[in-house]
Amino acid sequence: MATQHSRSSARLMMAPAVVLLLGWMLVPLTMTLYFSFKKYLPLRGGDLGWVGFDNYARFLTSSAFWPSVQTTLVIVGGVLAITVVLGIFLAILLNQPMWGQGMVRILVIAPFFVMPTVSALVWKNMFMDPNYGLLAHLWKLFGATPVEWLSQASLPSIIMIVSWQWLPFATLILLTAIQSLDSEQLEAAEMDGALAHKRFAYITLPHLGRAITVVILIQTIFLLSIFAEIFVTTGGAFGTKTLSYLIFQRVLESQNVGLGSAGGVYAIILANIVAYFLVRIVGKNLDA
Amino acid sequence: MGRITLDKVSKSFGDVEVIPPLDLTIEDGEFTVFVGPSGCGKSTLLRLIAGLEDITSGQIRIDGADATNVPPAKRGLAMVFQSYALYPHMTVRKNIAFPMKMAGIDQAEQDRRIDAAAKALNLTDYLDRRPGQLSGGQRQRVAIGRAIVREPAAFLFDEPLSNLDAALRVGMRLEISELHERLKTTMIYVTHDQVEAMTMADKIVVLQAGVIEQVGSPLDLYERPCNKFVAGFIGSPKMNFIEGEEAAELGATTIGIRPEHISISTTEGQWKGTVGVAEHLGSDTFLYIHSDVSPSETMTVRVDGEFSARHGDTVYLTPRAERIHKFGADGLRIE
Amino acid sequence: MARSIAPRRKAINTLLAWSVGFLIFFPILWTILTSFKTEAAAIANPPVFIGFDWTLENYQAVMERSNYSRFLWNSIVIAGGSTVLGILIAIPAAWSMAFVPSKRTKDILLWMLSTKMLPAVGVLYPIYLLFIKFGMLDTKIGLMIVLMLINLPIIVWMLYTYFKEIPGEILEAARMDGATLREEVIYILTPMAIPGIASTLLLNVILAWNEAFWTLNLTAAKAAPLTAFIASYSSPEGLFYAKLSAASTMAIAPILILGWFSQKQLVSGLTFGAVK
Repeated sequence: MATQHSRSSARLMMAPAVVLLLGWMLVPLTMTLYFSFKKYLPLRGGDLGWVGFDNYARFLTSSAFWPSVQTTLVIVGGVLAITVVLGIFLAILLNQPMWGQGMVRILVIAPFFVMPTVSALVWKNMFMDPNYGLLAHLWKLFGATPVEWLSQASLPSIIMIVSWQWLPFATLILLTAIQSLDSEQLEAAEMDGALAHKRFAYITLPHLGRAITVVILIQTIFLLSIFAEIFVTTGGAFGTKTLSYLIFQRVLESQNVGLGSAGGVYAIILANIVAYFLVRIVGKNLDA
Repeated sequence: MGRITLDKVSKSFGDVEVIPPLDLTIEDGEFTVFVGPSGCGKSTLLRLIAGLEDITSGQIRIDGADATNVPPAKRGLAMVFQSYALYPHMTVRKNIAFPMKMAGIDQAEQDRRIDAAAKALNLTDYLDRRPGQLSGGQRQRVAIGRAIVREPAAFLFDEPLSNLDAALRVGMRLEISELHERLKTTMIYVTHDQVEAMTMADKIVVLQAGVIEQVGSPLDLYERPCNKFVAGFIGSPKMNFIEGEEAAELGATTIGIRPEHISISTTEGQWKGTVGVAEHLGSDTFLYIHSDVSPSETMTVRVDGEFSARHGDTVYLTPRAERIHKFGADGLRIE
Repeated sequence: MARSIAPRRKAINTLLAWSVGFLIFFPILWTILTSFKTEAAAIANPPVFIGFDWTLENYQAVMERSNYSRFLWNSIVIAGGSTVLGILIAIPAAWSMAFVPSKRTKDILLWMLSTKMLPAVGVLYPIYLLFIKFGMLDTKIGLMIVLMLINLPIIVWMLYTYFKEIPGEILEAARMDGATLREEVIYILTPMAIPGIASTLLLNVILAWNEAFWTLNLTAAKAAPLTAFIASYSSPEGLFYAKLSAASTMAIAPILILGWFSQKQLVSGLTFGAVK
């Protein structure tokens, strides 16, 4: 509801943001597409001409491709599962009456503010180091042999580090949602004879639906592109090479831009598949 | 000056025509009320005049000049919104000053007008408060103050009293009427409450589904409603409608008689009925009567003062013949 | 009426919640504690928690090894600049979407968000080339622009959420009062949305501060922010826990403190209006 005049000014005012994002999306994308059809080795001869779909075929058939897709999905899925489940538990716990609730919130949210590079370094060296790490000391205390976390259990270790970073976010969003739950609903259910676990399953959990959607959406956006956590800890070794990291290695370490660009196109396709489903779910859930 | 003319003005949202082409003239200094049930297009019509919505076709003239494509700010109209739409981050003084600041009026003149408006509206003590610290009635007065200081060609009111409680509403109604008497500026007032329309208006415009049903003075509409819709909408309690034999005898499809134009007796009369509910207000008594002449609806009768009747009592009703309204099959008035 | 809670249950809740909170916070606490130890104490077996000789020598060593204040300044300029730039571009866009919505508004919002899912590595080399071409490699302004573009969808969406809470009638009143579009945004909308704009600002400063892909790959020495400062400690040779801890503490302290002060606003903003 508005006038023609305000509609045209609305388009004008939206233009900078839309044009910038469109440029940010299209310009590099076009260049990536262009490179992906070339043999392009900046340090070994530069542009060596068109190669058609060679890069795509090579990237797809390289032994590292499918494992990297799998690794990506395992990390994203693992972190989502851990943060949502623990987040619900923590949100319910923090919603109980207690002393010093504000202070506990401050403790819980802290990891969210820690730079990924810092958290990866701290976890790698001070906790997961098999000689001096705190976890090694803990294992020895119980007479067990310390685990070489980042080589023997590399994927779970990375999932754990990333979950630690994102658990606060999930917890606080879910806590906000729980606090908005009308306590009369729960009391009515209690009057109707529903036991605690039924009240959780039939009232609390459905109420959290939107919040869980938001948590999944935002976290997926950030998790698909995790970089520092792998760069700093394993450098992609021990089966922790995500698709992003594989491409990063092709482009920067082996300086094969053509091959890396073809990989980039695959990554973009994968991201679009994920985005498509997410946007459909979220679009339904958010009244934009 | 504030003579507003609508010439074949229409409005569509997409494919939906909410206001078919209509003509209307509002004379300078007139207090005009747009009244109708919710969704009748009265607020949309007001927003078209304000310039907050584009008209789909036709022309709007203000004092003879074409204003169709003039932006709202340049039309010289002031509007009071249903929610008051005060700026919450500004004090009352700044709220009232805002339109003058936008118009570039100098500070001394601004202060003079603010003081005058504040005095007239009893806001002098509240000038440094924020809207959040005021009561509903005070907020309403600030919104009016903000409109007054612009010295507009016309005031537009969009259901301004609907957020106030009943007692305040009566008080504000009187204040707005008095304001009009004092300023003699054109006012267009939108409401769904026919009592507001009857008590305040010089001219009432009754709307239904975007169409003007009737335009006239309050008593015009009361005495000579041009169709069944207006007859039923204006007047409280509602007019009784009777169909069938009784109507046919008078050469009409439907006849209407207002509750205050029926006399009641326990012994004799034209129509027999039994009392359903009796409401005793002291000053008058409202009786809701089941009668064979109007089998589908209860008839309402208003009696001055007290009339003792209880549920189940038999009564006789007699309409005053000269007060009977006759309507044809098309719902239009028959003279 | 809230029911009275048995003090025993409250005590158990408190104990449980504090334990979990402590556990989650522990890695940060341990880092801060270690930063005050000597290198020997830092790797002592068994580990010492409080009973060590407190020292500031690690902070001195970190300061000597690298120019902390320059990294810090770069972080502040890049994070702050990209956020302010993003908000200036996002306010008009969010205004349009919130107050003149069309059928496409929701699609545009979701499209904007989906640009955030584009894998950065996929476009790293093109961006790298463009940066070289325009002389923006290792400059603060270049990084500011990239981080602004990355966070723009989030900024637009957060502001949109806040703007939608403002009743449209107030803006219409301003229009009736003679305000132009520019005056409407400056005098009415922006002041009314200050709390929302503030939390958008905070969250995006934090996101930009912690961004570690572009900041690592597009800077060398001149424009490197704290993410690069700390990454220089990742090489395995010559690793010292106490110095690493001191550097880590210095890198996260500013944003940790800022975050703690603003945690309430942050959460409400991040839910995109989907959770009240």
